Amino acid sequence: MIYDVLIIGAGVTGSSVARNLSKYKNLNVAVLEKGEDVCSGTSKANSAIVHAGFDAAEGSLMAKLNLEGNEMMGDLARDLDIPFKRNGSLVVCIHKEELDGLNDLYNRGIANGVKDMKILSREEVLELEPNLSDDVEGALYAPTGGIICPFMLNIAMAENANVNGVDFYFNTEVETLKRDENGIWHLRTNNGEYKTKYIVNAAGVYSDYFHNMVAKDKIHITPRRGDYCLLDKAMGDFAKCTIFPQPTKLGKGVLVSPTIHGNIIVGPTAVDIEDKESTATTADGINDLMEKAGMHVKDLPIGRNVITSFAGLRAHEDHHEFVIKWVDEAPGFFDCAGIESPGLTSSPAIGRMVGNMFKEKLGLEEKEDWIGTRKGILNPSKLSVEERHELIKKSPAYGNIICRCESISEGEILDAIHRPLGARSLDGIKRRTRAGMGRCQAGFCSPRTMEIINRELGIPMEEITKSGGASNIVLERSKGGID
Amino acid sequence: MSKYDIVIVGGGPAGLAAAISARKAGVQKILILERDHELGGILNQCIHNGFGLHTFKEELTGPEYAYRYMKQVYDEKIEYKLNTMVMNISNDRVVTAMNREDGMFEIEAGAVILAMGCRERPRGALNIPGYRPAGIFSAGTAQRLVNMEGYMPGREVVILGSGDIGLIMARRMTLEGAKVKVVAELMPYSGGLKRNIVQCLDDFGIPLKLSHTIIDIEGKDHISAVTIAEVGPDRKPVSGTEERYTCDTLLLSCGLIPENELSRGAGVEMNPVTSGPIVDESLETSIPGVFACGNVLHVHDLVDFVSEEADRAGKNAAKFVDGGCKAEKSKEVIELKAEGGARYTVPSTIDVSKMDDLLTVRFRVGAVYKDAFVNVYVDDNRVMHIKKRIMAPGEMEQVILQKSKLEAAGNIKKITIKVEEE
Repeated sequence: MIYDVLIIGAGVTGSSVARNLSKYKNLNVAVLEKGEDVCSGTSKANSAIVHAGFDAAEGSLMAKLNLEGNEMMGDLARDLDIPFKRNGSLVVCIHKEELDGLNDLYNRGIANGVKDMKILSREEVLELEPNLSDDVEGALYAPTGGIICPFMLNIAMAENANVNGVDFYFNTEVETLKRDENGIWHLRTNNGEYKTKYIVNAAGVYSDYFHNMVAKDKIHITPRRGDYCLLDKAMGDFAKCTIFPQPTKLGKGVLVSPTIHGNIIVGPTAVDIEDKESTATTADGINDLMEKAGMHVKDLPIGRNVITSFAGLRAHEDHHEFVIKWVDEAPGFFDCAGIESPGLTSSPAIGRMVGNMFKEKLGLEEKEDWIGTRKGILNPSKLSVEERHELIKKSPAYGNIICRCESISEGEILDAIHRPLGARSLDGIKRRTRAGMGRCQAGFCSPRTMEIINRELGIPMEEITKSGGASNIVLERSKGGID
Repeated sequence: MSKYDIVIVGGGPAGLAAAISARKAGVQKILILERDHELGGILNQCIHNGFGLHTFKEELTGPEYAYRYMKQVYDEKIEYKLNTMVMNISNDRVVTAMNREDGMFEIEAGAVILAMGCRERPRGALNIPGYRPAGIFSAGTAQRLVNMEGYMPGREVVILGSGDIGLIMARRMTLEGAKVKVVAELMPYSGGLKRNIVQCLDDFGIPLKLSHTIIDIEGKDHISAVTIAEVGPDRKPVSGTEERYTCDTLLLSCGLIPENELSRGAGVEMNPVTSGPIVDESLETSIPGVFACGNVLHVHDLVDFVSEEADRAGKNAAKFVDGGCKAEKSKEVIELKAEGGARYTVPSTIDVSKMDDLLTVRFRVGAVYKDAFVNVYVDDNRVMHIKKRIMAPGEMEQVILQKSKLEAAGNIKKITIKVEEE
């Protein structure tokens, strides 16, 4: 079979493009993903922030898509039934001589089209955010800044694309691309060959690799590693807004922010590396993080309140600009490269832009029966005691709590497994339901979740993984086994 | 809304013993709420022996020890609900819980006994750098997988932390045919019982490296090696001391944390040292009618002491129910203080009029002490002077206070427990 469009990568960019392309008639679209699930690369490890848009360079594509993405996020979150909150962003100045920098940011924000920004005095900002450093001199406040769950956004867009007919192939790593004399692209993968008329390169830190295979003008993506710490929900009210330092050349700096689920996130550092797989945190990175985060807030409750630390890789293109365009010398090849921060924020706008460009080029027509909404996994903690009682009476699995820390029931886990593009691993379940994402970090629930995966999907216990590949949890039966 | 005289949150050793003592004290309507599918709590996965030496003067396995109490619960026909998760406790003692059969429901409790136990400290709180691959388990999770599910996590094991579960698992994994290469402990002393170091490490030739920690974890999908380094007095790694161990399993046994989310939700005042509720001589928390016992109160080494403590909590909860569930104003409250090497005390306050003839006060020390003294001061007078050959953070200490002596002294403001050279 020859697809019309193959998208490389099921991250937030690939999934958004897939969802937008699923709107069109007579277009066969599939996504090839080397991980075992959607949201397995850069999309899974970032600040989980919806940027207001004052940071990107005036007139850049990045600035335009940031703004559009921010504006689209409210409706999209409603349509896809995922949590999203405009908690507001603060850029905090702690050196009097740098107060001008806030004005520069403000002016850039105005030029970019950011609405409702304000420069706050020391007193005003301390009233808004009492845990800021005593050294605070003032701040830029952008109420349109928000927080979102990157997993849920990515998963929801992919699910919705799938419901509208897009195929997803996991554990499928594209190795080479070749275009034959009829203009058909042949993608060799570890899972056989796939054929397509058009390719969308949404390969994150590997997007330069595929671009450079076919294009004359080479690009270079540097994996820019960022270490993060996630703090216990008990610390959740430490900050209301997303607190940024003033930006530097390397990026927006170490932020302190609530997450949409009520934790506090601290990060990221910025270290340029070569290895596109190197998501290991380092002692230096974590120490650096603690030190930097401590400059803009006081008594940050780190130490024993850290429930996990992790590192993500930004796909940093040398010119710090999104590369979203057709590659002229490789007909049918489309780039979505260099998608680093604000990539998560921009993803809805990137998808829309790519959709429109395909529509124009291919003369596509929209489906009448496209389904633009999706029902998320039920969050029973939002229900009253009576409603929850009724729910359990109807489906008893909602009465069986599996993850104690986050109060996630078997009902939610079953939903995560059996919905479109369902979870097959512990991390897959974690990212869809939050089971295992709490303060004990899956200590209690992982054996129980494994039993459910084993029962529902028939995957032997020894073959159940944390996140695909060789990440098996248990090796073998103990001596003689226990039945 | 149904009503019970006493609702006990947790059916592990603490909850079971509390239920039995409350029943023996005459309380009729008692309900134990247990989240697992059987009573007994964590003892069910502790299949090694060594339980019950104090209580029963014999060595039982965990399940055997638990069964001694479960049998009494069955015989006394004490009600319990399994697979039931308590979701909330209000400050006026309404317990909200749920399970598959009953749905979500609320119970009005005359008294509540908190007996939720503790959980293990996860990797995040330890700040170990490196990848986050499969193959890293808290020791208790591995214990459950091996002993209850019947699966081995791996064959080449490194253990970080020398808490008791880690030590027990070093032996258990060895008996299952795995190679336990090393146990690394950040502190200059073990966090576990001496007897476990001897019986679980020494007897199997497993090295214990004190003042060592893990500074790197290798393997993107699955753990393949760790690097261990010695730490200096500042607990920072000393360069040049790195040693790499290949392994497919890393077990963490780096401390236990009382599981007090429900207590906090109810508004119970907490002790930052123990991470458990602050309690008085009756093991009553800052909320009248809410009692705490076992590892939710402070982490114990021996289940025998959990049972003894829970027995007291049950009795005192029964008294509270007997008195019509009314908060009694304490008359004369003595503050209990831990100083000079002693880290905390349980209880934190004593009302002499409410205390038993003998009151056991438990505490832990913050470092290893050789040939030191435990001194007890009533206000400024030293009233007890006990020589200890050795004291260590991994072994809980106790002193016993006599009601008659405190009454005789009269008008006491505070009692201080100190660890001193003489």
